[in-house]
Amino acid sequence: MRICVVGCGAVGSLFAANLAQLDDVEVWAYDASQPHVDAINANGLRLSGAGDVVGRVRATTDAQELPQCDFGIVATKTMHTDAAIAATAPAFTGGYVATVQNGLGNEETLARHVTRVIRGTTFPAGKIVEPGHVQWDVKGDTTFGPFGDTPLEPVRQLADACTRGGMPAHAVEDARGPQWRKVIFNASTNPIGALTGLTHGRVCERPDLRALVSGLVDEGKAVAAAQGIVLDADPEDLIDHAAKPEVAYGHKASMLQDVEARRQTEIDYLNGGIVRFGREHGVPTPLNEAIWALVKGVEAAWQQ
Amino acid sequence: MTNVVVAGAGTIGSLLAGYLARVADVSVLTRREDHARALNEQGLCVSGRGDFTSQVSASTDPSELDADLVIVACKGNDLEPLAQRLSGHFAGATVMTVLNGLGAEDVVGAHGDWPLLSSVTFMSGTRHSDTHVEYILDTATWIGPYRDTTRGDAQRVADLIVESGLNAEAFDDLRPAQWSKLIFNATVNSVAALTGLPHDAHFAGAPLGPLVHALVDEGKETAAAAGVQLGEDPWEMNVLATQRGHAHRPSMLEDVEAKRPTEVELITGALVREATRTGVPVPLHRALYALVKAKEASYS
Repeated sequence: MRICVVGCGAVGSLFAANLAQLDDVEVWAYDASQPHVDAINANGLRLSGAGDVVGRVRATTDAQELPQCDFGIVATKTMHTDAAIAATAPAFTGGYVATVQNGLGNEETLARHVTRVIRGTTFPAGKIVEPGHVQWDVKGDTTFGPFGDTPLEPVRQLADACTRGGMPAHAVEDARGPQWRKVIFNASTNPIGALTGLTHGRVCERPDLRALVSGLVDEGKAVAAAQGIVLDADPEDLIDHAAKPEVAYGHKASMLQDVEARRQTEIDYLNGGIVRFGREHGVPTPLNEAIWALVKGVEAAWQQ
Repeated sequence: MTNVVVAGAGTIGSLLAGYLARVADVSVLTRREDHARALNEQGLCVSGRGDFTSQVSASTDPSELDADLVIVACKGNDLEPLAQRLSGHFAGATVMTVLNGLGAEDVVGAHGDWPLLSSVTFMSGTRHSDTHVEYILDTATWIGPYRDTTRGDAQRVADLIVESGLNAEAFDDLRPAQWSKLIFNATVNSVAALTGLPHDAHFAGAPLGPLVHALVDEGKETAAAAGVQLGEDPWEMNVLATQRGHAHRPSMLEDVEAKRPTEVELITGALVREATRTGVPVPLHRALYALVKAKEASYS
């Protein structure tokens, strides 16, 4: 089996390095960073932290070097999905392409370029320490499910390979439940941290701000319900759980880290996605729209 | 000649003191000794739309100052302590507040039985130092009676301000203007503070126009429920302000950038409290109120 990870940042690297442990899987990585690609080709792709692994991965910045692959795993930041899949689509004419990205709308973007798409949501996290070396912060499960006409069998094959490689994964008929649970969690907490500068725990201990978070969650739940999506867990419980001192009280949301570094955020695919799906299904989402607009304003301020 | 005491010499107080000193005896009540000393020694320099230096006297002790008119022009968070310092002084003077938000008159009025005038100002400037203020936007100050005063009293102060070279207008009832400005400020200041944007075209178009419009609508509903007929339409004020070519930096934006407490309590807080009192749901203003207060909390 040949698998290509498209976008070999922190999350992509977790998949690539773990899958490369399997004898029956050949792993390729497509990434825009030349130093990262060169380091992977010279020394292998190294993970440390929650697991210590070195994977033999063939990496390239040139999509034309990619051979035909059975599976793609797209792990770019959401705003780069379109460009990344447009470049790599020829490698997947006979294969399936899965997304493990944040947010809403990635499957639709992939489906504009390739015919067989797999929906995915993943919880492990890490960060790039230096080219070729990723720190694995958090272990976690991945859920895959068919998108469009994709049958379940190839979804099972991909989930099985990931699980055997050390990245536990499930194949389910409808993966929208975990996806929307994660999106609602992220959309209701990440931008609040980004706009205020507060960590997750400090957001949750302010009653007026926690009420705003619940207002955002309620809108997301209504949009999910209007599509017949059954969430696999209540985002409210996850939010309260994460606020505990021993879990993620002091965690700065990735969007806050983006804002502090003046990097474009994923707001269009989180709150922006909830607003878009809400419009399609006639569900009003005024708070998500307000938060989306404010973060877009933050990004606009960097251009001044 | 009229004796005017300006209490609180931030940007607006400095502009009023600098201009009024050309037509009245102006003294400034400051909080800091070094501020008073600098004003006494160097005067108050006005640049921008003006280019002159005024002689003013200044003191931290209200008993040293004489007034027919006291203008209270501090930031909202400084109002209560400043009003306490005025207590027992300036018998016979009329006191005029020039603050954002709602309720400054009552805070001051609780500390003495002076006749009170209300005002709101739309002028703006930048305070470069204790003794130098730049006059930027020459928009008007609106004045109206509040307690034991008449339209005529408001007119006399407006005339004095106009004679000094600034713009002012008197009204029978200031609430329409005050509420228009309240809604405008609650909307524009908090959005600017949260995004880091000056008040520019983003507020009238993409991506913030629809949010700004929705915030203004919540404010209008609250005003209607409180029985106030608005003066200018706050949305039109917003659009006009973004078309001036000069993007104003709202004070709340400057406050969060300097990690200072903002006036959100007095502005958005006042609007939300009125909405609560009158039973108007204002979910967007509540959201921004919570966000700005949280941003203040993030300083520490």
